Amino acid sequence: MRRLPYLIPVALFLALVGYFGLALRPGHDPSTLPSAMIDKPAPDFDLAGVAGAPGLSRATLHGHAAIVNFFASWCLPCRSEHPLLMRLAEQEHVPLFGIAYKDKPEDAARFLGQLGDPYRRVGLDETGRVGIDFGVYGVPETYLIDGNGHIRYRLVGPLTAESLERDLLPRLKALGG
Amino acid sequence: MRRIAALVALLLIAWAGAAGAVEPRERLADPVLEARARALSKELRCLVCQNESIDDSGADLAHDLRVLLRERIAAGDSDAQALNFIVSRYGDFVLLKPPIEPATYGLWFGPPAVLALGGIGALLYIRRRRRAAAAPAPLSEAERQRLAQLLEDEA
Repeated sequence: MRRLPYLIPVALFLALVGYFGLALRPGHDPSTLPSAMIDKPAPDFDLAGVAGAPGLSRATLHGHAAIVNFFASWCLPCRSEHPLLMRLAEQEHVPLFGIAYKDKPEDAARFLGQLGDPYRRVGLDETGRVGIDFGVYGVPETYLIDGNGHIRYRLVGPLTAESLERDLLPRLKALGG
Repeated sequence: MRRIAALVALLLIAWAGAAGAVEPRERLADPVLEARARALSKELRCLVCQNESIDDSGADLAHDLRVLLRERIAAGDSDAQALNFIVSRYGDFVLLKPPIEPATYGLWFGPPAVLALGGIGALLYIRRRRRAAAAPAPLSEAERQRLAQLLEDEA
């Protein structure tokens, strides 16, 4: 029993090792931030469309679960996730909406013209204010919004086949999308 | 002449450092409001670089947030309202100084608590040693004889 106090530093050390080990586990990026908007109503917005197409507003999304993808023509990871978005739209008919974050109308139009347009509607967020209202801190970011207009999930960074199958699509299905 | 030029250059460099990343066109015309905006933007984390305040960061998002902060302040927001506007979108992580609440008690009070525990432990240890040193056990009969023997040999 007299040894007990001497074991306290050892126990503290092991607890720290465990904590650091947890933070260093593979596939975990400590710079990825949790969203402060989860389970809160999506911000109100009303954005113009690209190249004369109808725009995107919060009202457009109302009544059904939807995926909202923030992208930009100047964003390289957006190009890497684009084929996945095309597949989602064409093969799985996922309700996918896009917001062009801090993009010029002609650049966004060229981007979608060259790579294909997977979105049912695209809104042009030239100033980035709608992005800030959503809590976007780097494109691409993908939000899952339920039929009542609440944000339910956010993915930061480019989508991968794995994150789609494991995180996004099951949640979308659960919301009846 | 050269010295003066060097001095002026140094002063300019020092002034540039103090200005942070705030661009002249971002600044508010009212110096009182601008000072409040500067103070607040030093408390907000740039989420792109994550270890810089938006006042120091040259990132695009930091610029947007600086402008937004100034808009809120110019529109009559209090400091708390303006901060809350950004915290409600980006979470507590955007504050360089996390709020004191149950979830952060460990963060705020952990280090002082560990220091206090260590101090108490060190104090107990020192006191025990001092007590042991103050009263050495008297020599036993065998030790006394051995000591006498040694002193004799020495002589």
